[in-house]
Amino acid sequence: MAESKIVLRDVGKAFGPNRVLDGVDLAIEAGESLAIIGQSGSGKSVMLKCILGLIRPDRGSILIDGEEIVGLSGAALDRRRAKVGMLFQGSALFDSLPVWRNVTFGLTQGRAVSGARMRAIAEENLERVGLDRQILNLKPSELSGGMQKRVALARAIALRPEIIFFDEPTTGLDPIRADVINDLIVSLVDDLGVTAVTITHDMASARKIAHRVAMLYQGRIVWKGPRDRLYDSGNPYVDQFVQGRADGPIQ
Amino acid sequence: MADLRPAAAILAPFVAIGRAVIAMFAAIGRVALFTGRTIGRGLTPPYYPSRFFEQLAHIGWFSLPVVGLTAIFTGAALAQQIYTAGSRFSAQSTVPAVVVIGMVRELGPVLVGLMVAGRVSSAMAAEIGTMRVTEQLDALATLRTDSYRYLIAPRLLAAVIALPIMVFVANAIGIMGGWLLAIEKLGFNSANYLDFTRRYMSVDDFKMALVKAGVFGFFIALMGCYHGDRTAGGAAGVGNATRNAVVSAFMLILASNFFITATAFG
Repeated sequence: MAESKIVLRDVGKAFGPNRVLDGVDLAIEAGESLAIIGQSGSGKSVMLKCILGLIRPDRGSILIDGEEIVGLSGAALDRRRAKVGMLFQGSALFDSLPVWRNVTFGLTQGRAVSGARMRAIAEENLERVGLDRQILNLKPSELSGGMQKRVALARAIALRPEIIFFDEPTTGLDPIRADVINDLIVSLVDDLGVTAVTITHDMASARKIAHRVAMLYQGRIVWKGPRDRLYDSGNPYVDQFVQGRADGPIQ
Repeated sequence: MADLRPAAAILAPFVAIGRAVIAMFAAIGRVALFTGRTIGRGLTPPYYPSRFFEQLAHIGWFSLPVVGLTAIFTGAALAQQIYTAGSRFSAQSTVPAVVVIGMVRELGPVLVGLMVAGRVSSAMAAEIGTMRVTEQLDALATLRTDSYRYLIAPRLLAAVIALPIMVFVANAIGIMGGWLLAIEKLGFNSANYLDFTRRYMSVDDFKMALVKAGVFGFFIALMGCYHGDRTAGGAAGVGNATRNAVVSAFMLILASNFFITATAFG
């Protein structure tokens, strides 16, 4: 059997007395799309940030392509990070820079590099997410929320990562714009073969984009399975979550 | 366990003091680490010259009007005070000497430092703090750009270079403010006044002013960046970071000014 793209073993992280991750075990296969569901504050974002090396876990091991990333820093960590792109919840575009410099930021790493070639690259990546060249010179604040998300996605894919993380990609968008983002995620997985990990509360989105779903509750993965089993998982936590009931095992 | 309560009450103030002392040392340690990291990474490539020049313009050029106005009013007010106080024992002639020494050694560096701290530390803390709470700093890292090299080192270097230049300009404008008031209002002879000014102007005083300015510039940028980087908790967090940056920059400027002066005349 081929080795998994990302493997988490017994990953734990506490902020003071608050144990956000408490022994997460998860394997993500190359080319699959995994959705992670769970309540707000259940540690989903912290988990992604641990994999990105933005937060150092207290214990456990995280492997990307079989290479340990916990404890790495500097250039060694940057090399692993080149494989991973991330779409942040609030887009996290650099508001002092125009769109084209945002999109090519990962290539220039912030240096002022000659415009023409970078603009062409920016244009190509914007096209990939369904935006045209007219917005190249605009500042992120001049764009709508949905367009900002797509520019941020263009920025994440400009480095041709093998793995992309999506942190609540459809939150704050109307259902139509949300579905545009869903389609983009599906096409990235199907056409470019990227491995996608998506944090979401949006069940419609999870069912559309994910091959598999995992549920995080109190710092552990309490259920994982194919998306078709989401509504008959037989797991009381998942049932309560997907049906949005206030009463049940989750308080 | 009731017998433990009186002991706890007696110990409470010590516990509070201990906690405050530990918190202070922890803060000093964090600032030292932050400084070490900024310098260590700032010295290694990639460098960002365009970010440095951008900051130089922000900190230096755009602060000049404020600094110029501060200096001219202070120089003039100083001349008036010395004249009024000096005339009680007919020592009005000390006006040019006190203006030049007072401006160059103390008022020039300290007032420029405080004005620029108010303008620049706050802006740095707010900008970097907003980048922290909107995950832009995390985004930088995922795009393999080191925030110490890209954001912080250029600000620190620009402030250390900009402040001495501004203090030099402020000293000149401040002395001019005193001269203007002295010849226009106090009836001094311009040539005499300038002659006295030259006699009391010393290269060593200017050197000290520039050293102070460099140190103040370092603290201004360091506090702005450090508090910005540590921001947590949304808009309120950015507000706290901004306030802490300005207050701590003010304190460090005034304290380091005292120590440099005390050492120079020790």
